[in-house]
Amino acid sequence: MKAIQTFIDHYNYFITIFLMVAGLYVVIARGNMVKKLIGLSIFQTSVYLLYIAPGKIIGGTAPIIDPAFKVYSNPLPHVLILTAIVVGVATLALGLALVVRINEAYGTIEEDEIFRQDGGK
Amino acid sequence: MNSIWPQLPALQIVIPLLGAVLVAFLRRGSLAFLVTLAVSWLMPFISAALLWQTMTTGPISYHLGGWPPPIGIEYRIDVLGGFVLLLVSGVSAFMIPFARQSVEREIHPSKHAWFYCMYLLCFTGLLGITVTGDAFNAFVFLEISSLATYTMIALGHDRRALLAAFQYLIIGTIGATFYVIGVGFLYLITGTLNLADLATRLIPAAVENPPAVYAALAFITVGISLKLALFPLHTWLPNAYAYAPSFVTVFLSATATKVAIYLLVRYFFSVFGVAIDFRALPVTEIMIALSLAAMFIASIVAVYETNVKRMLAYSSVAQIGYITLGIGLANQAGLTGGLTHLFNHAIMKAALFLAIGAVVYRIGSCKLDDLSGIGRKMPFTMIAFAIAGFGLIGTPGTAGFISKWYLALGALDHGWWFLVALIVVSSMIAVVYVGRVLEVVWFRPTGPNLKDAKDPPFLMMMPIIAFAVATVYFGFDTRLTAGISETVAKTLIGGMR
Amino acid sequence: MKADLILRIGTKLLLPFILLFALYVQFHGDYGAGGGFQAGVISAGMVILIGITFGLETAQRVAPKTLVEFMVPLGVLIYAGTGIAGMLAGKNFLDYSVFSSFAPKGRERGILFVELGVLVTVSSTMIALFYAFVERGRPQ
Repeated sequence: MKAIQTFIDHYNYFITIFLMVAGLYVVIARGNMVKKLIGLSIFQTSVYLLYIAPGKIIGGTAPIIDPAFKVYSNPLPHVLILTAIVVGVATLALGLALVVRINEAYGTIEEDEIFRQDGGK
Repeated sequence: MNSIWPQLPALQIVIPLLGAVLVAFLRRGSLAFLVTLAVSWLMPFISAALLWQTMTTGPISYHLGGWPPPIGIEYRIDVLGGFVLLLVSGVSAFMIPFARQSVEREIHPSKHAWFYCMYLLCFTGLLGITVTGDAFNAFVFLEISSLATYTMIALGHDRRALLAAFQYLIIGTIGATFYVIGVGFLYLITGTLNLADLATRLIPAAVENPPAVYAALAFITVGISLKLALFPLHTWLPNAYAYAPSFVTVFLSATATKVAIYLLVRYFFSVFGVAIDFRALPVTEIMIALSLAAMFIASIVAVYETNVKRMLAYSSVAQIGYITLGIGLANQAGLTGGLTHLFNHAIMKAALFLAIGAVVYRIGSCKLDDLSGIGRKMPFTMIAFAIAGFGLIGTPGTAGFISKWYLALGALDHGWWFLVALIVVSSMIAVVYVGRVLEVVWFRPTGPNLKDAKDPPFLMMMPIIAFAVATVYFGFDTRLTAGISETVAKTLIGGMR
Repeated sequence: MKADLILRIGTKLLLPFILLFALYVQFHGDYGAGGGFQAGVISAGMVILIGITFGLETAQRVAPKTLVEFMVPLGVLIYAGTGIAGMLAGKNFLDYSVFSSFAPKGRERGILFVELGVLVTVSSTMIALFYAFVERGRPQ
């Protein structure tokens, strides 16, 4: 019973951890480069959740000072993660651009096939 | 002058950034190079001024936007930061003349301006990691430099460069994400991102909630170790170095891994070392074991490598092992040795990779078989290669000897004789792989493919000679290297619990 | 390039509202959800929508490639320039309080300038990415 209670109280962390591990697994286990990048994105997304979830205070409002409100959410995690999202988008775009170039150079985006073409390196 | 003095920490970042913007506007390769040259030659002066300031008046704190820390982002430079800044900007300033002709030969003309833009962005990022005193800001700079690095590697003319860049992108991003996870834990525990503030607030938190602090330490260590290519997390490095354009290889080997090591030292000694009883954790044992593995396994792999660039890349992994060994020893002499080697290895590897870059410029190959007897055709280049190679081995009279001497002293302070023996034995393996190249280039008959080979043009030759001379110079004058490292090590060790 | 009638008319009808919404998000950024990043992506979405419905050539007439590539560093320059303005006025880098004699007012202006820089860079980067990926697939 206590375990279930812990799970419900911290469900956001379990989602974060699930996404983290799932993303990392996809990166490691898949040979298709686009799938690898998808896994990488999921992995990064889990970190966004890790930061954002604790920043929300129940009953808190946007942190713009106003006499009508007393409780404010913490804006800093959102700002940090906005930056991290931009970094993630840039990484994804660069990764996809590389995959396009690799496809042009090798005619495939499967890692095994590429290693075979390069002679087992 | 008075008004510009306090702005130097920001200018250290802003000038290369503006340089990158200017290059992106210009879009002409030759103009782009001139801008890059001007920026690269200006930076060491700022770094030197900052280092001098930190040594005479203590750490510099610069508040971005005028917001005081821990609310605002703080640029904080202490002696260690100034030392790494001077290393990065100084090494870049010396090597940049090499770029012009090497880049012209290896990269398509339409991409020259973008190449210099990426170079300056990478430079900005590396300096930024060193300057910043904010954990998340360091991540942003880390990613700026990494993204620029992936692009630069992908510009190599071999198609395997694309694959190397992709693999580095995957591993580098995982590393950076691990780092952010660790920083996230620290933020959740303490509610601050300022490194100095983190250290103080972690002291009570570490008593209250040790597992979370240890988890943060583990994530940050693994994340940064991926970036600095600590064995066995080095798999991205050999291909990235081997297939990147020559100049990029030089730049990365001399600066990028060094800045990652700086970040690791910063976390180990200025954040976690202050907050928790670091010696009670098995960090020392793990670091030393991995360093030894790097020193031996990577060196042995280097012995069997037939591509000289790849060989030097594996040698880099091994040499990073020496630096992390110094960090793992975590005593005065050991840390001095590690930090000295940080500097010395940057110089020696720059000389070696520049020499190989000159070979690639002349004959378009860096396979060992193609180099037979090249010493007679490119004498100055290969003499420089030999000097730097001796430095890598640790011959007395070269810079490499100084750092290994301090490392051995550090091992002795722990009473670990076997470690001294292992340092000597691993240096012997370096004799084998450096000696193999020297044998081929000097004592074999000159191959028919080398008819037109000769020493590279003056602009490319100067940096090679400068770094070779520096390898010898810092073997005798150790005030800048070991002297400053000693001061830094004293402060860092003294600050630990 | 012949597109479906409904698609073409619908796109044309939508375009001004997309741009208007982007500007709303841009200038609403300091007192609600929004800002340069989101506005940049929305306004880039407008060009991308033109590209999808009417073809790449039409999109490049609206936003020529040279202009887009010029705008990417321009936005960074606006951002950095805003920071340097603080330095020139004797304060620290990125200190926005120098834009007015009343510091909070100056900071508000500074944020508007910075957001403008972000808008320019983000939207042009998005468009440049779209162009780069679309042109790759075409036979040269």
